[in-house]
Amino acid sequence: MNYVLRRLGFFVLTLWAALTLNFFIPKFMPGSPINALRDRTRGKVSPAALQQMLTAYGFKPHQNLFVQYLNYLGDMFSGHWGVSIGATLGTPVSTLIGQALPWTLGLVGIATVLAFVLGSLIGIVAAWRRGGKVDSILPSVFVVTSALPYFWVGLLLILMLSVWTNGFLPSDFNYDNTLQPSLSPGFIGSVLKHAILPAGTILITSIGGWILTMRNNMITTLAEDYVRMGRAKGLSNRRIMYGYAARNAMLPNLSGFAMSLGFVISGAILVEYVFNYPGLGYLLYNAVQNTDYPLMQALFMLFTAAVLIAVLLCDFATAWLDPRARAKG
Amino acid sequence: MTSLLVQPTAATPAPATTSRRGRGGALASLLRNRKATVGLAIFLVFCVLAAVPQLFTSVRDPNALSFVPSQQPSGAHWLGTTALGQDIWAQLVYGARQSLVIALVAGLCATVLSVLIGVSAAYLGGVADEALSMLTNVFLVIPTFPLIIVLATYAGKGTLLVVLIVLVVTGWSYGANQLRAQALSMRNRDFLESARVRGERRSYIIVFEVLPTMTSLILANFLGAALYSVLTAAGLQFLGLGDPNSISWGTMLYWSQSQQALQTGMPLWAIAPGACVALLGVSFALMNYAFDEISNPALRPVRRNRARRTHS
Repeated sequence: MNYVLRRLGFFVLTLWAALTLNFFIPKFMPGSPINALRDRTRGKVSPAALQQMLTAYGFKPHQNLFVQYLNYLGDMFSGHWGVSIGATLGTPVSTLIGQALPWTLGLVGIATVLAFVLGSLIGIVAAWRRGGKVDSILPSVFVVTSALPYFWVGLLLILMLSVWTNGFLPSDFNYDNTLQPSLSPGFIGSVLKHAILPAGTILITSIGGWILTMRNNMITTLAEDYVRMGRAKGLSNRRIMYGYAARNAMLPNLSGFAMSLGFVISGAILVEYVFNYPGLGYLLYNAVQNTDYPLMQALFMLFTAAVLIAVLLCDFATAWLDPRARAKG
Repeated sequence: MTSLLVQPTAATPAPATTSRRGRGGALASLLRNRKATVGLAIFLVFCVLAAVPQLFTSVRDPNALSFVPSQQPSGAHWLGTTALGQDIWAQLVYGARQSLVIALVAGLCATVLSVLIGVSAAYLGGVADEALSMLTNVFLVIPTFPLIIVLATYAGKGTLLVVLIVLVVTGWSYGANQLRAQALSMRNRDFLESARVRGERRSYIIVFEVLPTMTSLILANFLGAALYSVLTAAGLQFLGLGDPNSISWGTMLYWSQSQQALQTGMPLWAIAPGACVALLGVSFALMNYAFDEISNPALRPVRRNRARRTHS
């Protein structure tokens, strides 16, 4: 119980720190939204009207900082994230996020889970067949792929599978925008086709890390006494491999996986940018381009909260799976 | 059942490499490792390019718009020219400097910070440890890339200094966590106890007794931080958050993307600088993994002839 409480305390404290950071960074940095907005609406709106507009959207620079801070904290928790002041002037931030969220979850989420499952399996097999052909080339290959820049792999894939093949696979957007969103096979096919290249990019660059860590953990675990014991008992190889060795070797990777699940909604900014995929990362990029402060703040808050929740869940899972963690806490 | 027979060889380190390493031995075993030599070779090539770019191209100002735009590769322009009329090869050569500087400086500063915070947290213990590791953990879970983007935007589109500061601020926490764990495991060793009994000062113990035993971990951390910095800086510049007039691979990527290089038949403009970023990243990653193999013999590649002998 002590362990769970400690982790909960950490969760609250970190969330608070991130929110505070999120509040104070824009306040102390040069560049103000009112100037940015003035530039964009250049002369079309009078300064007074502009000021009024911003105040209506929750931008009150002359209020006491502490009061602003308290209001901000309250707004963040109650979902009053304000209204976009960027290119999508006037749209509620929550609507924008609601539109982008499913695309990111679908694309990046599935690609991340796939990379973890495939990578762990390959790592398990490689460690089991230690010294085999696969194992002798595998580490070098995946050390290389795990160091490749996301966006470069994306560009290469676009070049090879889209440009050179005359658009065999689409290289931008989430679906063919001549189609109406529906549950028809044509639309779903279009969505899948548009997801192949970005998902492939994520898979190629992230699978290497899982393979290498899983292989290394597995090699260490295979030298343990309880594995030898399993052999002495005459258990089948499959049973030893998955039930004895892999199960324990997986534990340290679990927290990494939880973190990367948390990073799903923010992690693929570059991929979404390269492929013009309208997910949350692309939304953040656009918010930054347009100095859309309310949108930026809400997105950043969401990104942090996602990681924290994932880490918290993983802590609970570890406490449940591994009694040693409970005792240590 | 073959795997059952092979397995024990994996657990026991190969005899040829178990001889005790002295001080110079770390370097020697690094050179014996093929991944490390390949990584080091790539790194040295880039160092030469960064130090004396004028030896490799006759162009003196790679950003000047001094050639016919959009030329395909030829004898005069090895990789062709950009849509703006710059020589791509010359830009690549001159761009090496900034990427290397970012990698080394940001990597170094982040490592120093993580050593300072990680080791002192472990050594001081108590409340100081609680506070410092809390700080580390907070930085560990805050999503860095969005934070970097947001920071770089607020700080005005990044000069080199802004990019460096942002990379260091977001890059130290992972290493600090690892170093703290390592230092904690050594806290009650005899040689530290004896130093304390000798009456050495705390700063002396940390610098001359604790740190030397952690050299390989610190080096590995530096390589990891450098890799992170190279990739992140290139990503930032690619998004247009760096200085668009600087000469670097990320900036080249930014211009090629904004001029639609892939779609207009000039793939080299985008692919070549990306390949350089990838190569530099790979060189750091290879050296880093080699360090892992050296410090943990179980991970080393199994000698093929030994494996075969066990099979028969």
